[in-house]
Amino acid sequence: MQCLADRPRAVGELAEELPISRQAVSQHLRVLKDAGLVTNQAEGTRRIYRLNPAGVAALKDQLDTFWRRALDGYQNTVEDKTEESS
Amino acid sequence: MTQADAGVVRREIVVEAPIDKAFMVFTDRFGDFKPPEHNLLSVPIAETVFEPKVGGNIVDRGEDGSECRWARILAYDPPHRVVFSWDIGPTWQVETNPDHTSEVEVTFTAETPDRTRVELEHRHIDRHGPGWESVRDGIAEDQGWPLYLDRYAALLGQAR
Repeated sequence: MQCLADRPRAVGELAEELPISRQAVSQHLRVLKDAGLVTNQAEGTRRIYRLNPAGVAALKDQLDTFWRRALDGYQNTVEDKTEESS
Repeated sequence: MTQADAGVVRREIVVEAPIDKAFMVFTDRFGDFKPPEHNLLSVPIAETVFEPKVGGNIVDRGEDGSECRWARILAYDPPHRVVFSWDIGPTWQVETNPDHTSEVEVTFTAETPDRTRVELEHRHIDRHGPGWESVRDGIAEDQGWPLYLDRYAALLGQAR
């Protein structure tokens, strides 16, 4: 999955980078696809696999919200403290 | 959006405080401003401790003495920079496999003697990949994401 996080790839490309057979890569991809984690698309004779962005996007949204609220809280904390000490 | 950008959250804020104080408050008082609903313990948090050294942890301590070490301090260069791991999976459980954790870098830049720019980058979010199935399942369940979103909305409402 980290290979696919870099960029979309075909089965053959993944098999070259991983210490498992092309057939094993295909089986893994089938499981990942059934789980909704990757999607694929035909490009000529090849099938290109990419990460399903919904999963990353959901987590990213959650973390974005977390840090927005944390930094707002941080600003209040740090600036209140400044007033107290001045 | 490219795949590389998909795994990064960036935020920045400018605070009216000297850089030393900005750094100290971020680390020493992390527990005071961390959104409180993100508690990985089963009991209320008594304190959050940011251990100020490389190899330290960020630790939530519960009122009953239970502990949750949910981050590892990877860089600690006061008052300029701190980097820590984010060992929390997509379903807000502690992730024990470092290969499946992301990291947060916070840099502090003095704009004036009394003003500091704080830039935060949370990167490698895609490393949490193996948990996405749980996220997807969580979205589908009443007790999963909708609950979180409701809690967010309630908190935001209170704040207004």
